[in-house]
Amino acid sequence: MEHYFQPEIECAPVEKLREIQNKLLPAQVQHVWDNVPYYRKKMQEKGVEPGDIKSIDDLYKLPFLTKADLKEAYPYGLLALPLEDCVRIQSTSGTTGKRVVAFYTQQDIDIWEECCARAIMMTGGTKKDVCQVSYGYGLFTGGPGLNGGSHKVGCLTIPTSSGNTERQIMFIMDLQATIICCTPSYAAYLGESMKEMGYTSDKIPLKIGIFGAEAWSEEMRRDIEKTLGIKAYDIYGLTEISGPGVSCECSEQNGMHIQEDHFYPEIINPETGEVLPEGQIGELVFTCLDKKAFPLLRYRTRDICSLHREKCSCGRTLIKMTRLKGRTDDMLIIRGVNVFPSQIETVLLKNGYAANYQIIVDRVNHTDTFDINVEMTPDMFTDNVGEIQARKKILENGLHSMLGIKAKISLVAPKSITRSEGKAVRVIDKRKI
Amino acid sequence: MSVNQVSVFLENKPGTLNKMTEVLAKNNVNIRALSLADTKDFGIVRMIVNDVYEATNVLKDANFVATFTPVLVYGISDEAGSLNNLLQKFAEADVNIEYMYAFAGQKNAFMIFRVNDTKKAENLLASKGLKSLSQEEVAGV
Repeated sequence: MEHYFQPEIECAPVEKLREIQNKLLPAQVQHVWDNVPYYRKKMQEKGVEPGDIKSIDDLYKLPFLTKADLKEAYPYGLLALPLEDCVRIQSTSGTTGKRVVAFYTQQDIDIWEECCARAIMMTGGTKKDVCQVSYGYGLFTGGPGLNGGSHKVGCLTIPTSSGNTERQIMFIMDLQATIICCTPSYAAYLGESMKEMGYTSDKIPLKIGIFGAEAWSEEMRRDIEKTLGIKAYDIYGLTEISGPGVSCECSEQNGMHIQEDHFYPEIINPETGEVLPEGQIGELVFTCLDKKAFPLLRYRTRDICSLHREKCSCGRTLIKMTRLKGRTDDMLIIRGVNVFPSQIETVLLKNGYAANYQIIVDRVNHTDTFDINVEMTPDMFTDNVGEIQARKKILENGLHSMLGIKAKISLVAPKSITRSEGKAVRVIDKRKI
Repeated sequence: MSVNQVSVFLENKPGTLNKMTEVLAKNNVNIRALSLADTKDFGIVRMIVNDVYEATNVLKDANFVATFTPVLVYGISDEAGSLNNLLQKFAEADVNIEYMYAFAGQKNAFMIFRVNDTKKAENLLASKGLKSLSQEEVAGV
């Protein structure tokens, strides 16, 4: 049996959804124009005024926002309300000035949590479930978003946050958790750990897994489902737009329904910015229709996917997005953490090495491996093995504190890293997703 | 007099040591003594060669990281007990050995020592009656 959190929206006729969007968009554009000089200037440069945006059909006229805009406008440039009307911030894991800080009013948080509640119910969750939230709590949106969603559904919520696998397993078993929310690679790890401890899938009380914040494959889904004895669902979101729950899979497990009454999606050609028709693959762009504190219009996510509106067996009419095909820039997501090659460069130079390195990412047993080959230099070389290893350890620690995850460093011979057209090949991503 | 040893960084994988010896062979560099320190992912080759400057230059040209390291070389008679006598002097002089290796000549054996403070160790050992060999003397044995 299907469960819905807001069936009047989730299963509304497409015309009704369009009506809601058409009503919200002009008011939102006026709100941004009045309160965000940064975006008003962008509109003026494009020769667009709020009066030109009468419905969703006019959306293409508006300028895009990119990550670079967020950086330039940091921290308050895209804020549309006085700080006294805001009640929370959330932030991304970026650490080199690329950090995104998003602001929320209480209403913004309510909307976000409702989206998470819809997501949980899309996967079959109800108030009878015991929902363990193993995403990190804090600045990261994963924990707080699903925590709020779980409350709204009425689940008994176990806010374990991330890490401490033994304790996670203890709560799952002792409190008979039926839903688990975490990254897919952590779910795989948890599955392996439980297997080692002798818990076969028939003994594990979990039924539903809500996994997001990193890309994963269909193969990985089947594996996790088998070890934990659950149905695993993909959830999508981003701090800039709100957090997890922007879209989520339903019982069909075939594409994620977007909460399009709040977040209007477009697919564009990343080269030209031209809006592409439904079904075509391109860059995903979101417009916040009713978020008030941090209302981004036409924000380029740099995520690659396509949109499809087909009759869904779950009864929802909300448009679906496919799983992510990749990202348009050089950022890597390793074990759910954003890693920029430039951060690694910074640490290498700071510790006396040259910026000659290569990142090799792979996925072994559903967990990302993260290796960095670093070229030895005359300055860092000595005839003493212990000294070289001590310097390597300092480098490893420096990278860990900069990136938030551990990398395995290998020292390699000078000029041994593959160079193409004079430039070193920085990233080798062997993960097959 | 300390002697210059050539120290070379090598990746720990098949063929790298051979790549180095190939460069030395091509340039007619003779290796008198050699020792290898290895870890899981890298190794350090330490060598006494007939021409340290030539060896270092050709290795650098071939993209190896190579450097000089001062070491102390002592000749001892090639018979039982002589290393023990030598090391006894090190112990008496309170000189700590970082690493050591050896090679045998026509008549004598030669011990190569890496110590923390070469100059100081050399003087301490000299006061015990030990005279270290010079670069020329090592090349000549």
